[in-house]
Amino acid sequence: MTLSHSSIVDKAAETAAKATPAPIAVRVRGLSDRAIAWLFIAPAISLLLAINIFPLLWAVYLSFTNYRANRPNAVVEGVGLRNYQRVLTDPDIWQAMQTTAHFVFWTILLQMLIGFALAYLIDRKFRGHAFWTTIVLIPMMLSPAVVGNFWRFLYEPQIGLFAYAVSFLSGIPTSQIQMLGNVSLAPWAIIVVDTWMWTPYVMLICLAGLRSIPDYIYEAAEVDRASAWRQFWSITVPMALPFIMLAVLFRGIENFKMFDMVTLLTGGGPGSVTEVASITLKREAFETWATGRSSAFAIVLFVAVFGLANIYVKALNKVKQR
Amino acid sequence: MTMDTTKTARKRPFFFRRGPMENIATALIAIGFLMLFQPFALILYTYSLVTLLAGTVMFIIVSKFPE
Repeated sequence: MTLSHSSIVDKAAETAAKATPAPIAVRVRGLSDRAIAWLFIAPAISLLLAINIFPLLWAVYLSFTNYRANRPNAVVEGVGLRNYQRVLTDPDIWQAMQTTAHFVFWTILLQMLIGFALAYLIDRKFRGHAFWTTIVLIPMMLSPAVVGNFWRFLYEPQIGLFAYAVSFLSGIPTSQIQMLGNVSLAPWAIIVVDTWMWTPYVMLICLAGLRSIPDYIYEAAEVDRASAWRQFWSITVPMALPFIMLAVLFRGIENFKMFDMVTLLTGGGPGSVTEVASITLKREAFETWATGRSSAFAIVLFVAVFGLANIYVKALNKVKQR
Repeated sequence: MTMDTTKTARKRPFFFRRGPMENIATALIAIGFLMLFQPFALILYTYSLVTLLAGTVMFIIVSKFPE
């Protein structure tokens, strides 16, 4: 004898109702479905308000004041748009913005190219591909603090393996390969480390995109005698594009906030060639203690990333609808 | 019914049409973003936030318009 689906559901509901303690059952019975739904999401919403929304609004408020965190008892006065004016006319902050843009552009470009190529290779399902996938994923699982220190040693001119390898291949003495001390090489040293660490993440997202393409599309293309090149550009890339765009969005937002790796590797130096916006922001906030001005700077960065994310999501939806 | 809907859509003024307004907002955000990170003129950097903010607020508003 088989029970119908509705009778099973009714029986389960009846069992659950019996198991509910009487006082709670009485209280819940008086609530509408909408109220119960709100009751369930209320803790998550309160947490979100407390952790994300309140600090954001507080930062907006501070950005219009002369508040200094090292003088909590001083009178806080409104300064209007003066903090924004100073942030947006300061050549040093402008320079930090350009440095950030340089990092974001090159890290995203390299991570996308290498990540997609790796995903394409791993999707071929060769012998031992599971093992190599695990190996490739290791850098992503490490802590940025570990990676920063690890690469500092690798870049050491005297004892570093990186300097030794470059010296071996190019013939340049190891003492001259100062990746972190050279003005023109230091930004690239950080780009290399970030690419090494986060390419596996991009690869994973691209791999999910490649695995979502049904085999029958390739089979149909084979029947139509489409070349491998044509299949790649007409099937693989367009169908994996929403995933690639998602990876760009995630990495873009993350790289605009790049702080830990730069601090560990160069601390913003030599000079200020690797001083990205987040390091300048930290200096404004915790070294000069201009909390109001640093809040204005943080809001500028937030508006930039938020605006970009908006148009990016719009583009992503368009690609998905195709 | 379809004709009525088309007529209503045609009657809507340009500033209340979602498609073109969303495109204008997107262009403003993109221009503001480029102004913020460009290395050529400090004056462009100075006015980048206003452009970005205008584009973002406009985008939030016009994306609520009906299709």
